[in-house]
Amino acid sequence: MDSQKNNHILSYTTLALVLGLLLVLTGVTVGVSYIDLGFFNVPVALAIACTKVTFVLLFFMHLRYEGPIINFSFIGTISFLLIMIGFIFFDVAFR
Amino acid sequence: MIKTESFYDTPAPAGLTGIKAWLLTHDHKRLALMYMWAILFWFVIAMMFGLLLRTELMSQGRTIMGPEVYNSLFTLHGVIMIFLFVIPAIPAIFGNFFLPIQLGTDDVFFPRLNLFSWYLFMFGGVFALISLFTGEGFPDTGWTFYVPFSVEANSNVSVTVMAAFILGMSSMLTGLNFITTFHRMRDKNMGLMQIPLFTWSLYATAWVQILATPVISITLVLVVVERLFSIGLFEPDKGGDPILYQHLFWMYSHPAVYIMILPGMGVISEIIPVFSRKSIFGYKAIVWSSMGIAVAGSLVWAHHMYTSGMSDVSVFVFSLLTFLVAIPSAVKVFSWIATMHKGSIEMTPPLLLALIFIYLFSVGGLTGLVLGAVGTDIHVHDTHFVVSHFHFVMFGGTGFAFFAALHFWWPKMFGIMYEFKNAYIGAVLTAIGFLFHYVPMFILGLQGMPRRYYDYLPKYETGNFLAGFGGYLLCLGILIMFGNLFMSFKRRIPAPSDPWGATTLEWTVPSPPPVHNFVKKPQIKEFPYDFSEVGKREKNGEKSRKIL
Amino acid sequence: MSTGIDKTGIKIGMWLFLYSEILLFGGLFVLYAAYFYKYPEFFSEGGKELNRVIGAVNTVVLLVSSFTVAASITAVQRKAKKQAIGLLIFSIFCGVVFLVNKYFEWGAKFHHDIYPNSETLVSGEVGLNIFFGLYYVITGLHGLHVIIGMILLSISLVLVMAGKVTESKYSMLENAGLYWHLVDLIWIFVFPLFYLVL
Repeated sequence: MDSQKNNHILSYTTLALVLGLLLVLTGVTVGVSYIDLGFFNVPVALAIACTKVTFVLLFFMHLRYEGPIINFSFIGTISFLLIMIGFIFFDVAFR
Repeated sequence: MIKTESFYDTPAPAGLTGIKAWLLTHDHKRLALMYMWAILFWFVIAMMFGLLLRTELMSQGRTIMGPEVYNSLFTLHGVIMIFLFVIPAIPAIFGNFFLPIQLGTDDVFFPRLNLFSWYLFMFGGVFALISLFTGEGFPDTGWTFYVPFSVEANSNVSVTVMAAFILGMSSMLTGLNFITTFHRMRDKNMGLMQIPLFTWSLYATAWVQILATPVISITLVLVVVERLFSIGLFEPDKGGDPILYQHLFWMYSHPAVYIMILPGMGVISEIIPVFSRKSIFGYKAIVWSSMGIAVAGSLVWAHHMYTSGMSDVSVFVFSLLTFLVAIPSAVKVFSWIATMHKGSIEMTPPLLLALIFIYLFSVGGLTGLVLGAVGTDIHVHDTHFVVSHFHFVMFGGTGFAFFAALHFWWPKMFGIMYEFKNAYIGAVLTAIGFLFHYVPMFILGLQGMPRRYYDYLPKYETGNFLAGFGGYLLCLGILIMFGNLFMSFKRRIPAPSDPWGATTLEWTVPSPPPVHNFVKKPQIKEFPYDFSEVGKREKNGEKSRKIL
Repeated sequence: MSTGIDKTGIKIGMWLFLYSEILLFGGLFVLYAAYFYKYPEFFSEGGKELNRVIGAVNTVVLLVSSFTVAASITAVQRKAKKQAIGLLIFSIFCGVVFLVNKYFEWGAKFHHDIYPNSETLVSGEVGLNIFFGLYYVITGLHGLHVIIGMILLSISLVLVMAGKVTESKYSMLENAGLYWHLVDLIWIFVFPLFYLVL
């Protein structure tokens, strides 16, 4: 069992750094959208979005400091979502 | 045994009296009973609808109703049975009642949320009723609400769909409660491999409830949005793809099949070892197969859509994946059989019902392979074969597991014992009626009779008549079974705390349990199905139960 | 059991609820993926019609509000009640700004006859109809979640003011915060998928 005292306090500085990073990444993704990368447009945009989401999850949502139950179940949920999106392409992509 | 006040005499929260002690209660046991009465009410209604349907089909042409009423009735039969009976039955009643006790705790983690789920359930039921009497006629889309018909139909689809949405939320919140209870409220001395199998199956179910239910919620919301704004997300004229609706629908509704069957399997895993006086065979295998079914069941949704026009590749992939689900299901069936092997079997109504479950579920599972394989499925798709198959699984499986659970836990829930003889008669009659009812449908399906049709060719008349006849037998059997259970309220033969010689924690507390479940601190056994003490007790000539 | 409040348990419950929210939107992203595959050129054409600047502003607004919500939890943990109240009020204000932006954005689209079942969309290319259909459904549902999140934050705000949320008991604020971050997470994906597809 994970410990009851989960009182990790994030300092304002850490949070502000994360915010700064997120804003920079937003700038990057908007900037990149003006350049035509051909096939890579969507993967790049999604990769940046995933990075941003990871930071929000790890720091703003404290996922970094949670016990194994929340961490594993979160990964499970995301896998389930990816399976749904992935398996639909067995149909859509081969019709 | 120390005399303790049962939860019937102690309201929770304290101070509530009369009807308020029920309607505002946080006690998981009271909520379980409130679920029970609501669910039984819906079960009887939907069963009546089913009987009317089969009566209509007993002879060719119009028998007792017109085609419009027929279409509404099979829709309502499906919607009510699925969303108001099969999905909630075992988790909401027996799960609520016994999951906390089996984990050695006094309530679920979020008791007030539990009450809220009950209100959502009732509210959803009321919505379903409202949909019958408002708008332009009964909904007649079938329980699957397939587009484009569900979007274009003039009948009252929106309200029915919202009812299903609310019921989904109720089921999801119950699952959320169970998972949190499982992790946070479990007795500190109970390790993961010391948890009773019924609770394990509920845990696996709860995950499916949480992860799959939102998908149906959004799908149903989209149906309503389409009806209101006609965006055209599923309309080919406007660029939409109706097959995507079916994908979304089955992404939930196939896992939902496992929401329905997994708790039933859990019940059987509790009953079989008790009456074999033998530890369950392959405890870990059963635990893993529960989780395996939950995972594998989420990967196979499109096997409902072989003839819908999706790509050949996905037909191939999903057919292949479908066979994977057979493995964990078979692991369970073999474990139950192996548990009984060389056991000291004592026949009781719960065991009889569990045995009927194993038989009917196996038939349902094996005919599922016929449907899972593409070649055969294309022949029998959307015929009565399918109807028969899923009734074998849903009714022969979950339904009989529900009856078995009722007979197994009745003494604990109400503290009284029922008459055995009538229970046997009811069970046997139900099983015979069941076979008469559904076996002809397999044959009708192979002969090519489509499902959901109001009328049929003369060559199908014998089969349909037999099925209708079986339907009446089935209902008679169920009537006897329930009549017998309710008669126990009149005869009031008190049940001891452990009438069966069972070993899990709920049998160590008084029947009915006190408000905080445990009189003294629960003793966690090293292994939940250890019958050595029960065996010693019985060797000393001490009968757990008077023969009735 | 009865010994105190199990904060971890409450948090697990909240996360489970968040999973269901993720999958609620997940269903729509499944549709997005399938239709994007089917109509890539119309999705990029539709994306160009959306106002990238408003989208970017809204992203910044939500990110900043996410930061202030997270900071308000830190403030509560450090017993800085006034700071926490200020940060929460600012976060709710950000929610309002987001919705006002959204209102003007939708309004402009309506003005150009682009809304569900409008003449332009029905008689135009089907791919565009699907793009804007999804746009309205997803941003609409997201907007609804913004409103719910603001309500949850307001409740937390009241509780902080009343002294019911303290450094030893802040589950309500924490869960409202988690919900607000989830709203942010979804927007982080919505923004590139709709505004930046080229």
